[in-house]
Amino acid sequence: MPNSNQPAILVLQDGHVFYGKAFGKIGTTTGEICFNTGMTGYQEVFTDPSYYGQVLIMNNVHVGNYGINAEDLESETVKIRGLIGRNLEDKYSRYKATDSMDNYLKANNIVGIEDIDTRALVAHIRTKGAMNCIISSDILDVDKLKAQLAEVPDMDGLELASVVSTDKEYELGDPSAPLKIAVLDFGVKKNILTCLAERGAHVRVHPAKTPLSRLKEFNPDGYFISNGPGDPAAMPYAVETLKEILEEKKPIFGICLGHQLLALANGIPTFKMHHGHRGLNHPVKNIISGRCEITTQNHGFGVLPEAVKHHDNIEVTHVNLNDESIEGIRLKDRPAFSVQYHPESTPGPFDSRYLFDEFIEMMKAN
Amino acid sequence: MPKDNSIKSVLIIGSGPIIIGQACEFDYSGSQAARSLREEGIKVILINSNPATIMTDPMMADKVYLLPLTVESIEQILEENDIDSVLPTMGGQTALNLCKEADELGVWKKYNVRLIGVDVAAIDTAEDRDKFRQLMFKIGVKVAPSHVANSFLEGKEYAQEIGFPLVIRPSFTLGGTGGGFVHKKEELDEALQRGLKASPIHEVLVEKAVLGWKEYELELLRDQNDNVVIICTVENLDPMGIHTGDSITVAPAMTLSDKAFQDMRNQAMLMMRSLGNFAGGCNVQFALNPETEELIAVEINPRVSRSSALASKATGYPIAKIAAKLAIGYSLDELKNQITKTTSAYFEPALDYVIVKVPRWNFDKFKGSNDTLGLQMKSVGEVMAIGRSFTEAIQKACQSLENEAVGLGYYGKSMMKSEDLIEYIKVPKWDRIFRIKDALMQGVTVKTIVQATGIDRWFIYQIQEICRIEKEISHHSLENLPAELLKEAKKHGFSDEQIARILHSNTTEDEVYERRKSLGITRVYKMVDTCSAEFEAKTPYFYSSFEN
Repeated sequence: MPNSNQPAILVLQDGHVFYGKAFGKIGTTTGEICFNTGMTGYQEVFTDPSYYGQVLIMNNVHVGNYGINAEDLESETVKIRGLIGRNLEDKYSRYKATDSMDNYLKANNIVGIEDIDTRALVAHIRTKGAMNCIISSDILDVDKLKAQLAEVPDMDGLELASVVSTDKEYELGDPSAPLKIAVLDFGVKKNILTCLAERGAHVRVHPAKTPLSRLKEFNPDGYFISNGPGDPAAMPYAVETLKEILEEKKPIFGICLGHQLLALANGIPTFKMHHGHRGLNHPVKNIISGRCEITTQNHGFGVLPEAVKHHDNIEVTHVNLNDESIEGIRLKDRPAFSVQYHPESTPGPFDSRYLFDEFIEMMKAN
Repeated sequence: MPKDNSIKSVLIIGSGPIIIGQACEFDYSGSQAARSLREEGIKVILINSNPATIMTDPMMADKVYLLPLTVESIEQILEENDIDSVLPTMGGQTALNLCKEADELGVWKKYNVRLIGVDVAAIDTAEDRDKFRQLMFKIGVKVAPSHVANSFLEGKEYAQEIGFPLVIRPSFTLGGTGGGFVHKKEELDEALQRGLKASPIHEVLVEKAVLGWKEYELELLRDQNDNVVIICTVENLDPMGIHTGDSITVAPAMTLSDKAFQDMRNQAMLMMRSLGNFAGGCNVQFALNPETEELIAVEINPRVSRSSALASKATGYPIAKIAAKLAIGYSLDELKNQITKTTSAYFEPALDYVIVKVPRWNFDKFKGSNDTLGLQMKSVGEVMAIGRSFTEAIQKACQSLENEAVGLGYYGKSMMKSEDLIEYIKVPKWDRIFRIKDALMQGVTVKTIVQATGIDRWFIYQIQEICRIEKEISHHSLENLPAELLKEAKKHGFSDEQIARILHSNTTEDEVYERRKSLGITRVYKMVDTCSAEFEAKTPYFYSSFEN
């Protein structure tokens, strides 16, 4: 329930128009529309850099119930470009909460719209696929909005990782720790770094375009290739760096975008998915151990399954039990592996945290 | 792991007569299980003493025995049939207890029948309060400070040690029978005696009461490969101290952060995995300290429960049907989601609606009975409503109670003054939710209500929203009722009759209906599809709502 009854409009690239009420900042925003089926963890999702450039539909019908706080952040600022919901709540209840979602979105300049039939909207996106959209609470002329929407670039081919990457290097964890990990930051989630550091590693985070020579100055025992937004195929700089890193034959672990980049560095193409996987309930099977994991996912691109299966040096380690898409790969001739999903979760299940342990073990064994 | 082909003929134990705490839910689970096993080509023999059930229809099983639920009956059935396995997890605590009794007498061994789905050790651990506590201690899951007492004197001694308020929980009983709160010393003797008497093994747990903590329930499934999924998270609107069966419950959890939820999920999985040999459905209850988000495990039920029937309907995920398949050896990743038919049964349902369950009591038929709610379940039924918001769902539920309520928004005018209402709602009774609304209508603050009831303020804010709309409507007549307001009211679950009554001046339900129809404010129908519309659903069911 917003505190104002100001109208707002959502227009999709295919011309569909939805009417609702303003939430968050009064203004206009654009981006690629996507949906997340998770029922908890909205603040972590809003601040996940992989959502940069996305206008997000929350399928869960009440969002904002437990307010926001200073802990549940995956980066310092809100990364989604806009928010769409059925009931976005400004009244909240949690001892740990410091503010309402409405104020938080206003402070972060995020335009939202509520009172939308999100179920109908999600079914539409599921059928028609990902597309751009515009939300406005200050321009209520649909034709004007359509004109503005036409100017928005397509996500396919868009490089966004360097926009959300850190500008400066920074370090985490115990500097005297026996293991050192060099992180290539394409929009890394805070909890990934925490998961590495709390396993006894000293971590240095580097801007997206850092050359291998600089990474090597840290004398790392392993390299971590982060998650992030945008099209991996638009990142030849990162693919080149990763090819060089592979030659080092040191352990490599990639998550999400990092997984796609590892595939690209091995000549496996990526593709834009119909409408992506976003939520906390995606079933994945580890085909090496036979165990299943409920995973957090957030990706609109994937690696081409056929190319993976025909590659001599790459082995599939994880598959999606819903659509059989590739969820994890490893190289046969060197210690490098990656997953499409988010083992650090936040929000989401802890089922896949063992992957961080495996990475640590890999570095110890190397 | 594929199906175990050595299982050819299964005995399903029903739950017996309908009593408070054990009603048609187990008929539902037993019927589902019978169907699920028979579609695998397994012969199903069923025993239940209650003929007024669907599960005992001749077509549900290969053979149905309408016999008392005793070990003698079991022996008779085993004598007359070639049965290799027994599935005791579908008939509630009654079936588990019978199965345990038969095991102790060596019946299963004698006839070479094996238990599937659960083993006796797991039943024991879950039901024996002391074993449960010891296991929790071993795996590092917190429980409320408590002591097991086998005698009146022991109980008194522990009560002094733990201090008041405390809870008396008898072992091996159903629906909390014989359990209760003890707020002060004077109440102790009676409560202890009642508890010990209710327990078939003369054993009670004397436990510190965590009054005011929030209560949650998780429904889980586990397969033989140790894969575990959470099917549903249910939040009790009423805080700890009221039996779940007597609480208004909501799914998905409304006021739970991801951190708190994942903590709960991790602990529930740890508890379930440490319970020994177990494949099927399980229910775990937690209390959460709202200030610190610290958790306490309340109990674990290694069987399909009353709540799993609700969770199945709430999510679309057929827990009993899948649990039966897991009991015969399948793993979750080998099975398909029964609603989409294309995606995996190994997943966790996502909801894009709100479920509200409101219990139905019959105190008017039992004049003089104590109508204060507590640890012993008193409701005789329940309604479940689905809406696209909490307000819509709770109003729909209230409309379905078959009492005089036509929604939460209208239930007569309260004759009580604010001060009396505030006092009244301090004690949980069947009409508390209506009186909370009355108090809000009279301008009592959210804070005061939260202090009086311990109910999370988020829910009170939502009820306040219902009050706001009701007040706005009352300023109008049907002719000048703005279309926007009418639409808003419908979205918040107001029934046409309810709106007519608020408008007064002899407005009828039909007139409201005609008015809104002429304005194009009509129902839309939404699917319960397990997946928040992410995938196309093949066998969904629907609920109605109002959308822009």
